[in-house]
Amino acid sequence: MMKREFTITVYTENQIGLLNRIAILFSRRKINIESLNTSPTEVESVHRFTIVINETEEVVSKLCRQIEKQVEVLKAYYNTEEEIVWQELALYKVSTDAIAEKVKVERLLRQFGARAVAIRKDYTVFETTGHREETDKLIKELEPYGLIEFVRSARVAILKGSHDFHERLKEFEQKEPGEDVIENEYLDKKEEVFTL
Amino acid sequence: MELVAEKKARQNSKELITLTGSEAVLRALLAEKVETVFGYPGGAIMPIYDALYDYHDKIKHILVRHEQGAIHAAQGYARASGRTGVVFATSGPGATNLVTGLADAMIDSTPVVCITGQVFAHLLGTDAFQETDVVNITTPITKWNYQVTDATEIPSVLAKAFYIAGSGRPGPVLIDITKNAQIQKFEFAGYEKCQHIRSYRPNPIIRKEYIVQAAQIINEAKKPFVIFGQGVILGKAEKEFKKFIEKTGIPAAWTIMGMGAIPTDHPLAVGMLGMHGNYAPNVLTNECDVLIAVGMRFDDRVTGRLDKYAKQAKVIHLDIDPAEIDKNVKTTVPVWGDCKETLPLLTELVQEKSHPEWLQKFKEYKSQEEKECIHPELNPTEDTLTMGEVVKLINEFTDGNAIIVTDVGQHQMVACRYAKLNHSKSNITSGGLGTMGFALPAAIGAKFGAPQRNVIAVIGDGGFQMNIQELGTIMQSKVDIKILILNNKFLGMVRQWQQLFLDKRYSFVDIESPDFVQVAKAYGIDGAAVTQRKDLKNAVATMLEHKGSYLLEIMVGKENNVFPMVPQGCSVSEIRLK
Repeated sequence: MMKREFTITVYTENQIGLLNRIAILFSRRKINIESLNTSPTEVESVHRFTIVINETEEVVSKLCRQIEKQVEVLKAYYNTEEEIVWQELALYKVSTDAIAEKVKVERLLRQFGARAVAIRKDYTVFETTGHREETDKLIKELEPYGLIEFVRSARVAILKGSHDFHERLKEFEQKEPGEDVIENEYLDKKEEVFTL
Repeated sequence: MELVAEKKARQNSKELITLTGSEAVLRALLAEKVETVFGYPGGAIMPIYDALYDYHDKIKHILVRHEQGAIHAAQGYARASGRTGVVFATSGPGATNLVTGLADAMIDSTPVVCITGQVFAHLLGTDAFQETDVVNITTPITKWNYQVTDATEIPSVLAKAFYIAGSGRPGPVLIDITKNAQIQKFEFAGYEKCQHIRSYRPNPIIRKEYIVQAAQIINEAKKPFVIFGQGVILGKAEKEFKKFIEKTGIPAAWTIMGMGAIPTDHPLAVGMLGMHGNYAPNVLTNECDVLIAVGMRFDDRVTGRLDKYAKQAKVIHLDIDPAEIDKNVKTTVPVWGDCKETLPLLTELVQEKSHPEWLQKFKEYKSQEEKECIHPELNPTEDTLTMGEVVKLINEFTDGNAIIVTDVGQHQMVACRYAKLNHSKSNITSGGLGTMGFALPAAIGAKFGAPQRNVIAVIGDGGFQMNIQELGTIMQSKVDIKILILNNKFLGMVRQWQQLFLDKRYSFVDIESPDFVQVAKAYGIDGAAVTQRKDLKNAVATMLEHKGSYLLEIMVGKENNVFPMVPQGCSVSEIRLK
């Protein structure tokens, strides 16, 4: 079997430590996570992880079962690119001078669907959203003009065929609302902690 | 389903009492009917130990000599009793000393709840004295873990802990409780056992169509073969399993973890699978036409080379853990579910049959193994003692009614090959992790878990020294276990591999030991050592008749090997008799 890109979507409880519990399933097998995003869902208290890896389908399907086995995981899906709608966001910081002098900014903006999100005297920040190839292209374009900083977000993905699951999830939450996350209330409250 | 709001209202109507977090921990243990806790106190768990002082007539606390001893004892307790073992340990080194036991319990699906103390919540992340990030350290080796920083969480978190540890495929759970939560006073509304967690499905839904398909394949089989693991024991499905094989007349072999689920001398029992298992079940795995795996996980020590494993057979896999299906061996029909429920459904649909010719094949291979391996091991003609003849004597004296706890190595393989067991929960060993040092503390725990039974710990000279400090626990708790050391003055299993595969380059396997009998004496434990055959029988009899714990050291042949053996990287049918 060939390795290919899979997007794993994991629906979970919102619990501290769950990110680690899921991440170590990958690192234990020495699988590199290409991208990882955590996000709320349309249902309160349910969270979702979107994880991108390059692996064979057999490995990915076994991984998903291991993920689902975790007590606080509701469901894990894996999908190929065709089964999802996905986007990544990228930010590019370039010298304003370089841009103004050498690059036709308008052409750039139009061609790559980019947006200038900050324009300062010394630098300009562009933003694009799209697929990896698209955001990569703009790097190439800007590199000769001294790209100062580049950052790309994790992938977010919507499952094309998620309607049934969404309905079940809503029903599920309605029947049994999730528990609140309990954080450490004491980190900066030394004086409120009793001692022996 | 009760709504959360209703539940809260009901709780509010209850009388509230003010408790400390520590008292709530002990109330939880009582509500879970915990009678025995294995533990070791320390700074960060002192409030719980302080509360325990008032509960010591209700909860027995066994003071171990090392936290690893505590968790192995809790594992032994769980395995012998079928209940959840409980451990107390302090933060930092106390908690990290549990790591090996947690990993062992994880891979062998043993229900254990560990409660560790932790530094005050405001000190988390400050490198405080005895602070360690135990939750993150133990994440890959616990079924679930959680850190409590507020006492109000304690009742519900402990209820979840016991529920998760014991349900579905069992496993270890660790609850880390910061010291402030242990001493914090709060309004306790009573303890409610957890029976449901919305994101957790311990028992997969049974799919009827798969049962039907499986039954059909079994009914058409000419050479069906059942292999079973600890799932039968964990599922308390021994009777259901026996009915299934008896109705279908299918020969059944066990993994090391499944041993004892049916009596080892059952007419359909054909022995142990795997690297040092029996000849017939290994060879015939590659001849059967239908392989029915019940509550086992196709470990590499069982399957040998996977691409040459049962390729000719249709595989039916019954397991409670969906992640096990197709993990190592592709199944033809997956039967998800608790085998306590799936086996009767299957039994109903299968035809009553017998397979005399097929069984005869097992007998033929067995007689070959008998001649080449078993007979010489059990009835040796040379002067040096063999491990097998010792196990044979144990069988004669106990008639298969004792709990045999084994450590890891050659003695473990020999004990599991030759021990006669009549009852389930009689074979306690570290199967998946292969933890040397497991047996001594596990035997202590087993005795507390099944006080009415005789517990014999069979241990090698290497492994015994890995948790030898637990002799102190035996001394103080006055537990009655028999310790049988099979001493070959070598780390024998590694030596065997070095002999067979590494040109006898015996690299650091030559191990010296103290006078074990004298060591035991220093702990107030009687004992004896045997070097000659003429003394063996009496010595074993003396050990078993002795009131209280006893250590018997038996000097066995230094370079004896365990056979048969499936060499690593070979197929199960390439098993060697010598």
